[in-house]
Amino acid sequence: MRARDLFGEGTPFAGLAESHLEVLARAAREVSFAEGQRLFEEGAPAVGCWVVRRGCVAVDTVLPGQAPGVVQTLGPGQVVGWSWLVPPYRWHFGAVAVTPTLAVELDTEQLRAWAEHDPSFGYPVAMTLLATLLERLQATRARLLDLYGRPHER
Amino acid sequence: MSGDPLLPLPYVVTDRAPETDDTVTLRLKPVRLTIPRLRPGQFTMLYVRGVGEIPISISGNLSVVDGSLTHTVREVGAVSRALCAAPVGTVIGVRGPFGTGWDLPSACDTDVLVVAGGLGLAPLRPVVLAALAQRWRYRRLILVVGARTPDDLLYRRELDEWARREDMAVVLTVDRPTQGWRGQVGFVTEPLSWLALDPSATTAFLCGPEPMMRFCASALLRRGILAGQIRLSLERNMQCGLGQCGHCQLGPLLVCWDGPVVNYAAVGALLTIKEL
Repeated sequence: MRARDLFGEGTPFAGLAESHLEVLARAAREVSFAEGQRLFEEGAPAVGCWVVRRGCVAVDTVLPGQAPGVVQTLGPGQVVGWSWLVPPYRWHFGAVAVTPTLAVELDTEQLRAWAEHDPSFGYPVAMTLLATLLERLQATRARLLDLYGRPHER
Repeated sequence: MSGDPLLPLPYVVTDRAPETDDTVTLRLKPVRLTIPRLRPGQFTMLYVRGVGEIPISISGNLSVVDGSLTHTVREVGAVSRALCAAPVGTVIGVRGPFGTGWDLPSACDTDVLVVAGGLGLAPLRPVVLAALAQRWRYRRLILVVGARTPDDLLYRRELDEWARREDMAVVLTVDRPTQGWRGQVGFVTEPLSWLALDPSATTAFLCGPEPMMRFCASALLRRGILAGQIRLSLERNMQCGLGQCGHCQLGPLLVCWDGPVVNYAAVGALLTIKEL
């Protein structure tokens, strides 16, 4: 599959140069997850990053004596998994496929090595991920405002 | 019809349907005279005798021509609490219709993107119903609804019916999921980042808390949708409904008269001015 097909329109990487997409594509493979299948467990070594192509993934956390608490769901074009970017390289949350899910999985060990070796590749990739993270942070902040609550309860 | 827009006409509550623990949909029928027919997005002033008067957007199917009105009210103050508690048979004063509408027909031949947060679905429900009634006029119909929890979603049965339709897409997202919730979890802006949109031919209709609409508008601008293609419904302290008393002033606009539905290109810059 061509790099542009893997990381084209509708993914955060769409704005990257073709040459950078080619490098990304060398670290990528298509994977699928059955409904309920875990992508990763909270606390485990953080290896891998996924761009959802189809389906839905829930980011969750362990709650004692209860089913895992879902903090967010991610759909087509969205990135799952950030903890591989920075030490201690452990998943802060878990992730599970809510529906049958098709995703592009990135070999993050390889990606990190290439990015460190060639900043002209690593910088735009890091900025792309940062922009996505910023969007996610802003949405989380908006959620913290509890805008739909009754004024006196907020 | 009454000739005096300041004179409430008596309407009687003929149906009262609780939507959530604090929100009720009321169906009102005229006792004798009717107010002129409303367009989606317009509002009426509802008066509870001895309590007060508040603006409430129309939330019903406006193709119904029996003179009845449907309003969805959330109890947040004295008047809305009295309205929510009003049993069938209660007589309520109604003035209107007031303000601008969503002007759905002008979105003909574009994708219609409806984004609602919390009670914001109520003023947008007539848009969805009108688009479905004349489905051939519009390209894709996409409804994104955000709520605090699944229990706070309005019109649940209708949402489920719409979600089953093949001629529209429905995305429900909640801030706080409960056990068994199968929809999305996240703020209402998040689906706007992954939904397949055609920026050159999309008309967006936003309604909800004002910061939510601002954030949604920003998300849509990032997707390449122009400010002029984004419409939103504003809330201010509407009192006369006629653009005369000035209580609902927002910079150069009087929201009861120039709004409540406004174009984001016209108001975007006003919404972050603290004094307004």
